[in-house]
Amino acid sequence: MNMTHTIKHHLTSEILMAYSAGNLPEAFGLIVATHVSMCDTCRADLESYDAVGGGVIDDAEIAEVSSDAFAATMKLISASDTAPASPRRSTGTLPSPLQDYVGGDLSAINWKPLGMGVKQAILPTSKAATARLLYIPAGAAVPDHGHNGTEMTLVLQGAFVDEDDRFARGDVEVANEDLEHTPIADVGEDCICLAVTDAPLKFNAFLPRLAQRFLRI
Amino acid sequence: MTNTTKDWTAQIYAIRDKQDQTAFAELFAHFAPRVKGFLMKSGADASLAEECTQEVMATLWRKAHMFDPARASAATWIYTIARNRKIDALRKQRRPEPEDLPWGPEAEPEQADAIGLKQETEQLAVAIKELPEKQRNLIEQAYFGDLSHSEIAEITGLPLGTIKSRIRLALERLRHAMK
Repeated sequence: MNMTHTIKHHLTSEILMAYSAGNLPEAFGLIVATHVSMCDTCRADLESYDAVGGGVIDDAEIAEVSSDAFAATMKLISASDTAPASPRRSTGTLPSPLQDYVGGDLSAINWKPLGMGVKQAILPTSKAATARLLYIPAGAAVPDHGHNGTEMTLVLQGAFVDEDDRFARGDVEVANEDLEHTPIADVGEDCICLAVTDAPLKFNAFLPRLAQRFLRI
Repeated sequence: MTNTTKDWTAQIYAIRDKQDQTAFAELFAHFAPRVKGFLMKSGADASLAEECTQEVMATLWRKAHMFDPARASAATWIYTIARNRKIDALRKQRRPEPEDLPWGPEAEPEQADAIGLKQETEQLAVAIKELPEKQRNLIEQAYFGDLSHSEIAEITGLPLGTIKSRIRLALERLRHAMK
C-alpha cells in the first residue's frame, strides 16, 4: 500500500499516545490501527510513544515470578504451533485491521441502506464507542450534523470535501463539539469511510431522532 | 541499576536463528519480573499476572523473527506485547493492531539505524528517570492505564523528536526494500 506520501490529515499525538498506552475504546483503537497501517508518519509517532512504554516497563517495579515460571513458559512454547506467526499485510482496499472486523475486503461488507443511496455497516466492537463504515455516492452529501462527542472519520475510497478541506484515502478528520459541517462526497468516485463516534451524532435535519436511535448512529 | 539500557538484540537473534534457550533464559530473568510488575500495577492479581507474563514471554519467542532493532528496543517491543496481553486479559476487548511491515528477503535492518535508535532510546530512558517525580508518576499512570488521554496530553518535554525521525527513516528504507 504505497500511498503514504499523499496523506495530509493525521491523527493527533494525544490519540496516538492513548493508543500506545492501551487506553482507547476498541472502536477508536480500530481507526488508529487502520490509519497507521496506511501512514508512516503516524506509525513513527506511535512507535516513539511505544518507546516511552518501553522505558516505563524497563524502569518499573519488579514482581518476582514463580520458581517454575521459566519451565512453564518453555512448556507453553513447545505445546503451541511451531510455525512462526506470519506477518499480516493487506493487498485489498481495506487495510488488515479493518478486514479482521469485516471478515474480508469491500465485497464482504454487510451494507444497510440509510436512504438517498447512503449506506452503513456497524462493526462489532465494545460498546464504549461505535465504529461504522459509511458509503456515500459520488457527489452526495452526508447528512448535516454536529457532534456530541469526538468523531473520527477515515477515508478508505474516494474523497469527501467539507467547508474547509478535502479528505482523500488515508486522511483522517477528527471532529469535536465545535465542528458543524456538511461533508460532500467528491464527484469522481463513491466514497467509503470508517467513522467512529463516542456519542450519537446530532442530525439537524434528514433523520428524525427516533430513526437515529433505531439506526444506532 | 546502571544508567544505560542493555541491548538485547543478540539474545533475540539467537532465539530467532538457533532457538537458543540460554539466550531466552537471560531475557526471561530480566524481563519476566518487569512484565509481571507492569501487569500487577495495571490491576491484575498475582496469579493472573503470572499466567499472562508466561504468555507474553512465549509470544516473544514465537515472534522473535519480527523484532526490528532499527525501530524498537527490546524493552519497547516487549512492552507492546505485554500491553496487548493486558488489554485482552483485563479489559476483555480486542486490540486492533496495525498491519505488519515484514522484511523482504534481502532486507535486514541497517546497522547504523539500529545503533542510532539504541542511543536515543538510552537518552529517553535517562530522561524518564530524571523527570520530576510528579511528571514521572503521570507517565507511569498513563501507561498503567489509569489516565484519560486528555490528561496524558499534558505530559510534555520528553526527547521524542529524534526517535520519531529515526523510526521514520527506518520505515522508508523498509518500504523501499519491499518494492
